[in-house]
Amino acid sequence: MATTKLSRNASIDELYTAARGGNRRALGRLLTLVERGGRDAETIGELANPDAGAAHIVGITGAPGAGKSTLTGRLVVHLAGAGRRPAVLAVDPSSPLTGGAILGDRIRMSDTTEDLTVAPEVGDRTFIRSMATRGHSGGLALAVPLAVRLFDAMGYDPVIIETVGVGQVEVDVVAAADTAVVVMTPGMGDAVQANKAGLLEVADVFVVNKADRPGANDVRRDLDLMLDLSHLTGQDTTDGGDGYRPPIVMCSALEGTGEADVWAAVEAHLISLDERGQRLRRRHHRIRTEVRARMSQALANRIDEAMDSDVGRELVAHVTDGALSPTGASAKLLDALLGPQLEPGLDPRSEPRS
Amino acid sequence: MAGTDLPLRVVLAKLGLDGHDRGIKVVARILRDAGMEVIYLGLRQTTDSIVAAAEQEDADAIGLSMHNAGHMTLGPNMVKALRDAELEIPVIIGGIVPDDDVQPLLDAGIAAVLGPGASAEEVAQTVRDAVSAAV
Amino acid sequence: MDDATGAPRHLPDPDDPQYQAWREAYEAAKLRAVPWETMSGVPVEPIYGDGPYPGQYPYTRGVYPSMYRSRLWTMRMFAGFGTAEDTNARFHDLLRAGGTGLSTAFDMPTLMGRDSDSPWSTGEVGRAGVAVDTMADMEDLYAGIDLGGVSTSMTVSGPAAIVLAMYIGVAEKNGVERSKLAGTIQTDIFKEYQAQKEYIYPPRPSVRVITDMIRFTSAEMPRWHPISISGYHIREAGSTAAQELAFTLANGFAYVEAAMAAGVDVDDFAGRLSFFFNSHSDFFEEIGKFRAARRIWARWMKERYGAKAERSLLCRFHTQTAGVSLTAQQPEINIARVAIQALAGALGGTQSLHTDSYDEALALPTDDAARIALRTQQIVAHETGAGSVIDPLGGAPYVEWMTDEMERQAEAVFAHLDDLGNGSILEGVYAGIENGYFVGEIADAAYRFEREVNSGRRIVVGVNEFTDGDDGDQEILRIDQAVEDYQLKRLEDTKNRRDGEAVASALAAVTAAAEDPTVNVMPPILEAVKAYATLEEVVKAMEQVFGTYVEKAII
Repeated sequence: MATTKLSRNASIDELYTAARGGNRRALGRLLTLVERGGRDAETIGELANPDAGAAHIVGITGAPGAGKSTLTGRLVVHLAGAGRRPAVLAVDPSSPLTGGAILGDRIRMSDTTEDLTVAPEVGDRTFIRSMATRGHSGGLALAVPLAVRLFDAMGYDPVIIETVGVGQVEVDVVAAADTAVVVMTPGMGDAVQANKAGLLEVADVFVVNKADRPGANDVRRDLDLMLDLSHLTGQDTTDGGDGYRPPIVMCSALEGTGEADVWAAVEAHLISLDERGQRLRRRHHRIRTEVRARMSQALANRIDEAMDSDVGRELVAHVTDGALSPTGASAKLLDALLGPQLEPGLDPRSEPRS
Repeated sequence: MAGTDLPLRVVLAKLGLDGHDRGIKVVARILRDAGMEVIYLGLRQTTDSIVAAAEQEDADAIGLSMHNAGHMTLGPNMVKALRDAELEIPVIIGGIVPDDDVQPLLDAGIAAVLGPGASAEEVAQTVRDAVSAAV
Repeated sequence: MDDATGAPRHLPDPDDPQYQAWREAYEAAKLRAVPWETMSGVPVEPIYGDGPYPGQYPYTRGVYPSMYRSRLWTMRMFAGFGTAEDTNARFHDLLRAGGTGLSTAFDMPTLMGRDSDSPWSTGEVGRAGVAVDTMADMEDLYAGIDLGGVSTSMTVSGPAAIVLAMYIGVAEKNGVERSKLAGTIQTDIFKEYQAQKEYIYPPRPSVRVITDMIRFTSAEMPRWHPISISGYHIREAGSTAAQELAFTLANGFAYVEAAMAAGVDVDDFAGRLSFFFNSHSDFFEEIGKFRAARRIWARWMKERYGAKAERSLLCRFHTQTAGVSLTAQQPEINIARVAIQALAGALGGTQSLHTDSYDEALALPTDDAARIALRTQQIVAHETGAGSVIDPLGGAPYVEWMTDEMERQAEAVFAHLDDLGNGSILEGVYAGIENGYFVGEIADAAYRFEREVNSGRRIVVGVNEFTDGDDGDQEILRIDQAVEDYQLKRLEDTKNRRDGEAVASALAAVTAAAEDPTVNVMPPILEAVKAYATLEEVVKAMEQVFGTYVEKAII
């Protein structure tokens, strides 16, 4: 698929143009720069911004072993077969000890279908990228939205983010999608677990995977019950509680049954968002989340710098001497840091520390 | 202002029909423990599927595990497929490769050959060296 | 030496009815005509210690009353490389050198049910075993060998039914009736999903073909062992000894449950199940494992599956030394490893033994290395005295404890699988395959071992200690690219010569049989291979009904 000859030292502009022209290697490279963060990532974001905005962004999450990747693989084959150009961002946890990771979603996606790896008509329309939860500056909250925007700008639609629904950042990432799909399985107490993890509040579509197993109907009933309850108690905040009730779709990704139903429910949700005028609200929410994450990162960098500055060291020394309390020190440092700098027009970016 | 250094990204695969995956799974864990990101493709990959993954994942290196004496055919095939796709990614072969075959494989463009009994440090260092040599 | 009462120590109590029963059975057996004494001339008894004795339930001490005193284990050497003709020549060499059974290794495309001309087969034709595409290759493979007079073992599982059909076809073409054929075909598909990864269809349809094959051989081939339940590959993939034992026997129980569910009486087939274990270097652990295997199998068959026939209770097994233990460094020292592992197999009471060649960590064995390997087990058989006394380590506290410990660990695995399968080991095995239990356990064990070697906590001679002396100069067997070219030509010729319409209609019959679970697939497969349908054609005729298995990734 390499349509443009690409030099090893191609600039970001060149890479971007090549990627827009269908060069997958260039897109692969850009995604790495996005993960790396810093100025290059920002440049890519600026380039992609005007070209993006059309894609349906879908988050897929669920407990480990729920079959998210298998379902994602099936959806990708289904979508490519229907003439779509799906992209997948598969997020896998890194080892907290070494920062290394075994990124297995890619192989798990092809668990049950060789089409993903061997059928050119599927492979050429699809782009799958694995991303580890650590190993890039700013973490997931910064890299994921940028990568999604890049896929979007390249004409991939839908863009699917697949992640284990365990960490808060991951839940946020999925919640910020247009459509959030939560995958459950029978026999693992998943409904309860999902509830604990806060996944029930963010779900737009529930999928009960491995629906051929005993207990699948129990999961459906539990979910129905929880949805009833949240409606009754008025705790249903999904889309402002305006009557959308997440459907529960039964499927067996392993057997390859039900993925068409899952996708139909995902599309129906998007239509419903439009009808209810909620799609824009989702986008606002997504952008708000991203901007907030960028600011948090920038501030964290600022704080690190301040702590390492002469003033910071001096204040810490005063606390050690007993001349100052920790609260007092942090208040002084914050004043010094934020006071004059919250003026409009100031660039809040800062050098990420490496 | 460059971003942070990322961990090395290594695509690991079994090329062809050979199903011996004990070694490659151990290597996957060794590289993870050495702080690398391993994109594990597993069994029954083709040169095309490995190229596709390497492109999309922007791999720094590709590791192939071979136990069925097919390395003299499959190794050079892999190198050619990468060149055809204009990917300059070093390929490292591990598994059972007789000594006499090592030099011909290197001549054919394989970056390194890891024999059985290589220690975890050797495995990780070989990958790092192959990546540095390729840049 | 006598104790205070004057009774001989360590000898069985002559008044023990168990001993008397054993003695009677032993004396009824035909014995080898060799002196039962040590090399220094000390006469030795056939058995020492306590009962239950060999041939007595639960068979911990051996499956037969007289064991190697009647007949040594079969020295079955695995061969297979290059073209069928190359392997045939090696078979003739082995028979001339005193081998008593043939064992056939197939190349990777054959094991995966692919023809030599499939794009997948590139670079692997004839490399790690012999290439078989059609019955014509099988004819070459066994040319000049009286198939009614040898016992053959074929190491193939995924396409086992097709390869067996080809073997029957060759025999019948040479005038040997299928009822006269003796041997074993591996057929163990569970261990493929768990460890060796040479599968074609998903588990359930695979098991359906296997039950068809069991029914077919039960009815028509009384001397044939339709399945060899193989822990060997589980161990090679990195499992512990106890995992090898547990997973293998669990797979055995699963096949028993599958055949019983298909309406076959347990005693009609259980007697022809056989096992295949690995013999690794930790001598006493291995011996404990072999002894525990016999005891567990007998108990479960009797108590859980209600087997009545004694043969159904016997865990008879083939053993191969541990290929994975062989080092590429200082390869000649592997001869010592193989000797120790072979001795463990013999003391563990194996029915047949393959000894690995010292150069197998590098490539397929050379002729010289294969000869040395055979000589190694001949030394164990004829010079060590291991064939004179049955279960000579039985009663040793460490060995008895280890036997119990292996059993305890295995029972814990069975309990887990039984739980997974809601009271069915078969369903538990299916579930364990699907949820990655087996693959995950094996990968963890393999990684643990590697880390121990890596940290130096575990010494592997020549690898992480005592590394001087590796001159790196080693003659190895190379399979020429010409083999692939030859085989492609051979396949093309066969395809040109055959009756295309006959092939097409035979294949259609195979598909039809696959679609109807009440029809046995064996007879139409036999017709198809006799029409020279290729292996892959027959595989695909069923694959369109059964689907293809792609493994769940567990890293």
